[in-house]
Amino acid sequence: MERPGSAWLNFMNRKCDNCKSQATVHLTEIKAGKKVEKHLCQQCAEQQEGIPAGTAHTPINELLTNFVLAHSQGAKELTTNAVCEHCGMAWPDFKQGGLLGCEHDYALFEKDLTPLLQRAHDGATHHLGKVPVRRGGSGVPMKRQADLARLRKELQKAIEGEDYERAAKLRDQIKTAES
Amino acid sequence: MKLTDLTTRAGEWLRGIGPMSEIVISSRVRLARNVSGYHFLSKCTRHQRTTIEHKIRDAILGASISPKTLYVDLQDAPEVDRQLLVERHLISKPHAQSEGARGVAISESESVSIMVNEEDHLRLQVLRSGSQLEEAWEEINEIDNKLESTLDFAFHPRFGYLTACPTNVGTGIRVSVMLHLPALKLTGEIEKVFRAAKDMRLAVRGLYGEGTEALGDFYQVSNQTTLGKSEEEIISDFKGVVIPKIIEYEHHARRTLLNDRTAALDDKVFRALGILRCARLMASEETLYLLSHLRLGVNMGRVKDIDIRTVNELFLMTQPAHLQKLIGKKIDGDVRRAARAEFIRHRLNAA
Ligand SMILES: [Zn+2]
Ligand SMILES: [Zn+2]
Repeated sequence: MERPGSAWLNFMNRKCDNCKSQATVHLTEIKAGKKVEKHLCQQCAEQQEGIPAGTAHTPINELLTNFVLAHSQGAKELTTNAVCEHCGMAWPDFKQGGLLGCEHDYALFEKDLTPLLQRAHDGATHHLGKVPVRRGGSGVPMKRQADLARLRKELQKAIEGEDYERAAKLRDQIKTAES
Repeated sequence: MKLTDLTTRAGEWLRGIGPMSEIVISSRVRLARNVSGYHFLSKCTRHQRTTIEHKIRDAILGASISPKTLYVDLQDAPEVDRQLLVERHLISKPHAQSEGARGVAISESESVSIMVNEEDHLRLQVLRSGSQLEEAWEEINEIDNKLESTLDFAFHPRFGYLTACPTNVGTGIRVSVMLHLPALKLTGEIEKVFRAAKDMRLAVRGLYGEGTEALGDFYQVSNQTTLGKSEEEIISDFKGVVIPKIIEYEHHARRTLLNDRTAALDDKVFRALGILRCARLMASEETLYLLSHLRLGVNMGRVKDIDIRTVNELFLMTQPAHLQKLIGKKIDGDVRRAARAEFIRHRLNAA
């Protein structure tokens, strides 16, 4: 059975294209119709791409996803220094081993995980599949599930297009549909 | 049912009679699940690992997932048995080689297997012969529902099913098809498959051998993204887009060989058959290489006196652990190569 683990670790522990220190800036550029991926450390990114420190490693859609999440679930603190009270997992441990320690880690490290999830899952940020019966799986009719899926996709688009107003409206619609 | 019962026959998925089975050997759907209230395995103590294994084993055996279910405790199983299960695609290599409390439940037909304490608490798998992804999904979904009635799986409304590695989160589904693509290899067009897969964000790897090298011309194509798409969507992409495209490439390559390079094609096929029927020492790589050409010849009607099932079985039975089980003692080196050659000769000359 295949393990995506090693490719995943490669990405997370990627070295800077320029100076071989840890890459924290991941850029995709279209040059002459070809997709070019760049992985740079903070310093080289500032020099080469003129990306100011502090914002470069945070893609715009992540910022906006967090904006929406913060509004829908209550603001979360920066998690990088957090340690899971259940299993003892810390973010640097995860970056080392590539595996999370318990079910609570997803919510705890939500902010840090989001850009990684987007990269691993073709930009996706939300589950659209099966829901266990115990978690209300049978309580949600298929039609409503499909509607929710559509709304979430539209929300993602609105966020990518920086349409905050529409994003806020869609967020409220999703809230209503979920309740 | 005992483990030794497995050595004498091929699993359901290798019968080679499913839809489009001349190219699609098998379809597999796998689900990753963890039980809520327990740490993922990397943060488990030995004791917790054992507790989880017992809980899940009881749940599986209590859920009657198949009329007869065999549960193998892998912590105590001999190496040759663990290797045998790998060769039969019932457990992963890491699961065979890791340590601590772990096991696997296997249905009698071998189409269902559930690994316990692999990377996640549960890895459910349904394997079927030929192109049967929808059927495999329906079956695994039903088993998942049965297990869910006694086990509370870790789940989050936004992230879906929670897995140890974030690359599996969401549906936790890994859909894959095993393809035999000898003509694309012979015509030097296998790159087409890699390109098509990349466009669809799918992973391709050789079934035997390392990396992109594919001994026996077997390739496994599987999805990489598990979040943001429903299970049905992922499967219909495979069934409707990926599989037909690759099958068309392989069919085209087979037609080209038949029309423009008939003598070269027949030479490959019958040279392989000749060696397989006569050789006295057979290494495993050479076996895969020759069986691949023979399989192509049988499927294209160039070889008429050999049943495709015989060829499929030879791929399975000539692997090291299977040979060892058949002979009943540990063998290697020339003794193993001689046993493999003899086994092949018997099967092909009896036909
Ligand atoms: Zn650098
Ligand atoms: Zn934790």
